[in-house]
Amino acid sequence: MPRMTMIEAIRSAMYVSMERDEKVVVFGEDVGFFGGVFRCTAGLQKKYGTSRCFDTPISELGIVGVAVGMAAYGLRPCVEIQFADYVYPAADQIVSEAARLRYRSAGQFTCPIVIRMPTGGGIFGGQTHSQSPEALFTHVAGLKVVVPSNPVDAKGLLIAAIEDPDPVIFLEPKRLYNGPFDGHHDRPVTAWSKHALGEVAEGHFTVPLGKAEVRREGSAVTVLAYGTMVHVALAAAEEKGIDAEIIDLRTLIPLDLDAVVASVKKTGRCVVVHEATFTSGFGAELAALVQEHCFYHLEAPIQRVTGWDTPYPHALEWDYFPGPARIGEALAAAMEA
Amino acid sequence: MEPHAPLSLHVPEPEVRPGDTPDFSSVKIPKAGSVPRPPVDVDPREIRDHAFSIIRVLNRDGEAVGPWAGSLTPDELMAGLRHMMTLRAFDARMLTAQRQGKTSFYMQHMGEEAVSCAFRMAMAPGDMNFPTYRQAGLLIAGGYPMVDMMNQIFSNEADPLKGRQLPVMYSSREHGFFSISGNLGTQFIQAVGWAMASAISGDTRIAAGWIGDGSTAESDFHAALVFASTYRAPVVLNIVNNQWAISTFQGIARGGAGTFAARGLGFGIPSLRVDGNDYLAVHAVATWAAERARRGLGPTLIEHVTYRVGAHSTSDDPSAYRPKTESDAWPLGDPVIRLKSHLIRLGVWSDERHTQMEAEISDEVIAAQREAERHGTLHAGGKPSVRDIFEDVYAEMPPHLRRQRQQAGV
Repeated sequence: MPRMTMIEAIRSAMYVSMERDEKVVVFGEDVGFFGGVFRCTAGLQKKYGTSRCFDTPISELGIVGVAVGMAAYGLRPCVEIQFADYVYPAADQIVSEAARLRYRSAGQFTCPIVIRMPTGGGIFGGQTHSQSPEALFTHVAGLKVVVPSNPVDAKGLLIAAIEDPDPVIFLEPKRLYNGPFDGHHDRPVTAWSKHALGEVAEGHFTVPLGKAEVRREGSAVTVLAYGTMVHVALAAAEEKGIDAEIIDLRTLIPLDLDAVVASVKKTGRCVVVHEATFTSGFGAELAALVQEHCFYHLEAPIQRVTGWDTPYPHALEWDYFPGPARIGEALAAAMEA
Repeated sequence: MEPHAPLSLHVPEPEVRPGDTPDFSSVKIPKAGSVPRPPVDVDPREIRDHAFSIIRVLNRDGEAVGPWAGSLTPDELMAGLRHMMTLRAFDARMLTAQRQGKTSFYMQHMGEEAVSCAFRMAMAPGDMNFPTYRQAGLLIAGGYPMVDMMNQIFSNEADPLKGRQLPVMYSSREHGFFSISGNLGTQFIQAVGWAMASAISGDTRIAAGWIGDGSTAESDFHAALVFASTYRAPVVLNIVNNQWAISTFQGIARGGAGTFAARGLGFGIPSLRVDGNDYLAVHAVATWAAERARRGLGPTLIEHVTYRVGAHSTSDDPSAYRPKTESDAWPLGDPVIRLKSHLIRLGVWSDERHTQMEAEISDEVIAAQREAERHGTLHAGGKPSVRDIFEDVYAEMPPHLRRQRQQAGV
């Protein structure tokens, strides 16, 4: 099997999808001729022509609004928002339109669109190239929200998202685009090409939405994570020498609650990790669900490790989001109680 | 340097307010038949003046004159009159029904019937409209059953939208009527996307977007113009300028610009103004724009100049912000009376036949209402199932919604 970075895997997913279904169209800022600022769409225009992969004006509202209209027609747009931080002008088209078109028209019009966007920090992108807005979208009924943590999942989940009949927010942790950063900014980066998870099948396959994956089996404490934080949590567990079970959620909506509950009932302890800000973050939802479904199995308070409740800092970003040390402290605290 | 006087903010104000005498002297009305009819492949730069004038066909004597006349036969015109009268009768019944508590809300079309009814006749089967809440004429003229419209308004057990949408926010894919959003302007860019999809697919169908004068201030309007002009989308972009955005006069959204249509000029989009109370003129301009779209010549922007005679909605009282007699002073007249006069002038209509048709339509609307009410009204009779709350959020119900549906006991 070829080894792919997450960028290559995402590109491969779009190739496969466009090849299989001529209704799939790809567009966004710089995605056409140039192939995207992260090169995720490189070569698609050359292969499938300008009417199936094209550049758009700088208007996120326009990109998503046009995608909604195209989906109502019967196409399957897979659009790119250049950075998740730029999605706010498109919020109305996502929240009020894409998410509820099926509902408000009683199924007459549907909106099978995928909105891809690089998310999260770790590349010194400052306040407008680093945010993690997943909780904004998980709060909206009618959307599905996906965050892959590795190339295999990125490809399989993206193909599943493109084939899905509902609108999907597809958040791509840009820190993982070229390799699995583990949260140590003083350590050399291990490229996906040298990593077992980087072996990605070339053809069509899907990773089903709504299914979590156990990344590390353990019996002492459950860590719930997604995207970049899966790798940081893995590093933390190794460093602390704690027998943690690490669950990669992969999709936040629909959430694989069964996998979460089974693990926490087994371990009796739970640490929730994400890079987004603390207050009203998706971790709050996870903590509430674990409390609701596993209360009598819990032996310690649920810990949350997240970004701080501040705007995103540029120079100090490695002090902003959770690293192995902070997750390690939370693991220890969960074990002590 | 000379000292400057303190600055002050300019806030546009309408010419008159309640208690004043209505004054439309600033609305320049060209003579019917005076605006040229260019070929559909005209260079937009050559028809710049069309964004500032008003295309009119019916003159004061009820004659159809000029280069935009002749797009409809007498039979088609009689059908158009029937559509407008049906919409007006429908409005009257539903307003009363709202006051009787049978629904929460209603929005009427009084004075604007020609815009949507005439436009619909320029569209072909399979084309898609992306309407606002004041284009029910697209449905009436398209043959959508009045009973279904009423079921939607009453949110009853037969409501095609299962009690989920505000009254009058219809949708019918089959009838080329996109689902209406309460967030203004969102449909304008979606119409462009639908049209682009048709072009991508090598289809022959076109789309039409609709927006009110006030909502042209929304970003969606400007995004729609950018995308429509960039990709030469096969779309007709309609601005219905009925002078009022609830209580706010059209000058607030328009500012110092000459007209709303003129906003299309900077995008290289052919932009025309039409007398929205002239059924023949609206139909002729719509046909011209639809032909452009269908021939791959790209988008057209149309400003329909009309007047909202009624209140914005059943929650609005226009006497608080404009003179009570302002609608009578509107210089472009009543679309129903103007078409009626034209048909009488053609010798195919009479006051007697008109009165007879009014009675027929009234019977039809009453019969439709009886049938709809058999399925219930908002607070009485049949309702959609509580199970319907949980359906159609996703194609397949995910586990968390299944759990919530069980909690709700359905």
